[in-house]
Amino acid sequence: MRLQRTLRLVAFAAIAALVLGLALGLAACGGEDSDNGGDTGGDTKKGGTLTGAGASFPYPLYSAWASDYNKETGVKVNYQSIGSSGGIEQIKAKTVDFGASDAPLDVAELDEAGLMQFPMCVGGVVVVYNLEGVASEALKLDGPLVADIFMGKVTKWNDPAIQEDNPDVELPDQEITVVHRADGSGTTWIFTNYLAVVSPAWESELGADKEIAWPVGVGGKGNEGVAGQVSQVSGSIGYVEYAYAKQNSIPFAQLQNQDGTFVSPSLDSFSAATANADWANTPGMGVILVDAPGADSWPIAGASFILVYKEQSDADQARLMLDFFDWAYKNGQQTAAGLDYVPIPDNVVELVQTMWSSDITAGGSAVWE
Amino acid sequence: MSDTGHSLNGGWRVRDMASRARRAPSSRTDTAFRGFTIACSLFIALLMLGITIALVEGSWESMREFGLSFLWTSDWDINKGVYGALTPMIGTLTTTLIAMGIALPLALVIALLLVELVHPVAARIIGTAVEMLAAIPSIIYGMWGLFVLVPIMQAHVIPWLQSTPLGQIPWLLGGPPLGVGILTAGLILAFMVLPFITAVSRDVLRMVPTVTKEAGYGMGATTWEVTRKVSFRYGFGGFVGATFIGLGRAFGETMAVAYVIGNSFTIPESIIAPGTTFASAIANQFPEAVGLQKAALMELGLILFLVTIVFQLIAQLWLGYVNKKVGIR
Repeated sequence: MRLQRTLRLVAFAAIAALVLGLALGLAACGGEDSDNGGDTGGDTKKGGTLTGAGASFPYPLYSAWASDYNKETGVKVNYQSIGSSGGIEQIKAKTVDFGASDAPLDVAELDEAGLMQFPMCVGGVVVVYNLEGVASEALKLDGPLVADIFMGKVTKWNDPAIQEDNPDVELPDQEITVVHRADGSGTTWIFTNYLAVVSPAWESELGADKEIAWPVGVGGKGNEGVAGQVSQVSGSIGYVEYAYAKQNSIPFAQLQNQDGTFVSPSLDSFSAATANADWANTPGMGVILVDAPGADSWPIAGASFILVYKEQSDADQARLMLDFFDWAYKNGQQTAAGLDYVPIPDNVVELVQTMWSSDITAGGSAVWE
Repeated sequence: MSDTGHSLNGGWRVRDMASRARRAPSSRTDTAFRGFTIACSLFIALLMLGITIALVEGSWESMREFGLSFLWTSDWDINKGVYGALTPMIGTLTTTLIAMGIALPLALVIALLLVELVHPVAARIIGTAVEMLAAIPSIIYGMWGLFVLVPIMQAHVIPWLQSTPLGQIPWLLGGPPLGVGILTAGLILAFMVLPFITAVSRDVLRMVPTVTKEAGYGMGATTWEVTRKVSFRYGFGGFVGATFIGLGRAFGETMAVAYVIGNSFTIPESIIAPGTTFASAIANQFPEAVGLQKAALMELGLILFLVTIVFQLIAQLWLGYVNKKVGIR
């Protein structure tokens, strides 16, 4: 009898979970529908609501901007951090006003969907480590060496290749434990793009994507997962967003850039990389900020992009959206720096806004002058 | 014995009365209520069917691409577009096995303690403590595992295990002690399934008729002898059912495992190496997956869904069979 009661309880719990799950699912669908209706319906024009979805990396910045902007203008910006792939899917399905992606789309894909993209902020990826007696920024690594470590070709900390970059550091005879992201992420996309650029072997064997078939190491879920593993496992090396490493005081390495100098990650070195990139001549503004030229440039940076339709169905709504981005470019810089993101330099903003005026139309006439 | 028999007969009697009532004048509300309950239970059946269809449809692309070989290939490469379920399958099976290996004996001992050995008040306190384990959200287990258990495993438990004779077997405990890995995931899972197995085992032991036990004591048997030869033999079927309930739960656990298993898609070389499971692979990769990768993840989900259902079915059927047997006896 007891047993039956327990079983019945288990069954009840299962049913309750199913029903709850379904209810939530319905609620989520309903929410999407109403958002969608809001976009095309009349009340957004009056109330002023923008919806966006996509990359999780810029989410803290976008939500801070949204909150500031709401206080200043009363316009509500609702940004859902669902991941870059999700953002691209949502904008293609036209359920949001704008999408956001850490990886730029190529021109063919943009043209096919009638989209345009522009950079909204820049962040850096840093190599973090846990090595007894080696302080933050005391370790220096060059690009091909980082690739060899993450491929499992260099397996010991006292490998001659590491020692060569660090003649003054006493390196232990210890196994290197590689920690990578287990989930698909823009961080991995930027990092593997860098490794593919600096190491031909990496490019041919592993390639660059949001997730790859890592030959060695353990995977952590999210920046916090990688940071957690690195801080727990002695002798480990990993990669995380700069903001995450800085705010949690995890030791990070200096890297050698294209000019051959070792640089430390900082907002300045990310800015240098951003400013030195050739935005004007890259088709679709899809600049990949890795291995950027310039003596002060940090080699693993990446822009986060906004995706919008060139042909807007509603001029007022389009105007509302571009006003927000314009405000963010001009007034959001301090917020960005406070959260360890690099704002887009003025010359690039000018370029973006020229593209807005020439490319974004509603009913045949330009939205932005 | 009489307990179960009564409840079964009682159940029938109630239904007889209900059918008699249906013919009575006040039957309209009853009919409506009956219709409502039938609709509700049909809804559950439809839900299950819907989930199955959705999973099959979602994984169709992957099934067509890889066929049955999906089950025994281990490549998982987004760039090449090749996917196979072998690595998560090995991870799921080994973590579950480790979890059951640890949780089952522990649960039996605790259940025995609660039923036979301690004062009812103490039993209630200990029982509540064990049940509280079930109330802890799995993400808490994951975080606790990563920040507390992993360093202990890395610095103490795994080096100690490797120093024992067992540590000389390379496929068992070979490789560097990372702390994260299949063994740690199995250990976390053991804590998580413990309350479920304990609860069922305790009920099973309570079902052992006092008369039978007292007969054993009357013949001069010690507590240990009565436990081993009477209670455990009597409750064997129930313990098997409890095991299946624990298995079903360990199979599908997601967040806690994702935190501590190391999430590696290469076939683990030993039980301390990192690996992955169906559920944790889906949790990690689904948000950014598109196209074939999404289909492959859906297929992992389908396999997990089917396996879990099969385990639950076996558990239900087995427990039903055991109940009946006990009732007849």
